[in-house]
Amino acid sequence: MAKSFVGLLTGLIFGFGLALSGMTQPEKVLGFLDVAGQWDPSLLFVLGGAVGVTAVSFHFILRRKQPLLDSRYYFSSETHIDRALVLGAVIFGAGWGIGGYCPGPAVTLLAAPSWELWAFLPAMLLGIYVEKLWEAARENKAAVAEVAEQNDCS
Amino acid sequence: MNSYAMVQSLSGGVLIGVAAALLLWLTGHVAGISGIIGRVLFAIKKSDELMWRVLFLIGLVVGAKLYYSGFAAAPAGRDHFPAWLLILSGLLVGFGTSLGKGCTSGHGVCGLGRLSVRSLVATLIFLSVAIITTTLVRHVFGLGGSNG
Repeated sequence: MAKSFVGLLTGLIFGFGLALSGMTQPEKVLGFLDVAGQWDPSLLFVLGGAVGVTAVSFHFILRRKQPLLDSRYYFSSETHIDRALVLGAVIFGAGWGIGGYCPGPAVTLLAAPSWELWAFLPAMLLGIYVEKLWEAARENKAAVAEVAEQNDCS
Repeated sequence: MNSYAMVQSLSGGVLIGVAAALLLWLTGHVAGISGIIGRVLFAIKKSDELMWRVLFLIGLVVGAKLYYSGFAAAPAGRDHFPAWLLILSGLLVGFGTSLGKGCTSGHGVCGLGRLSVRSLVATLIFLSVAIITTTLVRHVFGLGGSNG
């Protein structure tokens, strides 16, 4: 119950911040990414403001053994730079650079959707779905291969 | 960019950071939006809590609604921007963030905040590729630019 309230409250602050920051204006985002055009540096301030707050606060938060309303932290302990991370970042970067939308602003803009969102958002959800299917298929294949290998050995 | 726009961007960024910090401090979760969407729609496990995630997504929309109803007009659609480019862009953003386990919020804001090397690598890559892509699309292919 308390966690649900925190979800709503933090989502609210996050969504307000996204709209205020200019991240929900794809033309502004592309103006930042387009370093060869009339460069708009404002997104540097968004990232600077956000990471400034998280870098300092996370340092103190993570000194505590556990969060206030739960018994553990839920982030990935993975440290290996694998192919999926690199390839995924390349593909995401290409998509972001084309349209100017990343996932947060895409959801947030449901508050006031233009025609663009009805092209972008369903395609984004389809992209996530296809990747999940692909990942599941790969995992299955790996599991089958492992069983086959074990059978070979016995 | 005028100083008003600069202050807006900076304060927006600070609010995003505050939201991420509160979520981590109180619930132990990272505010990675692509991950939250993926979990809620396609990959919820029995051990995952659905409710706070759904409410977070609703909160995003309500928060922006507050801003657009009280402070500024919502961005209008770009009439000249080709729909097929937006669809292609959406497919890539969805597939890429799901494969790379994070987007601007998860790797960028939260990952950098906890000094994760994986997130730093991901952020540098997607930012560089996005800059190259925008340059190509606008200046080489002449598509979707501000002049159509």
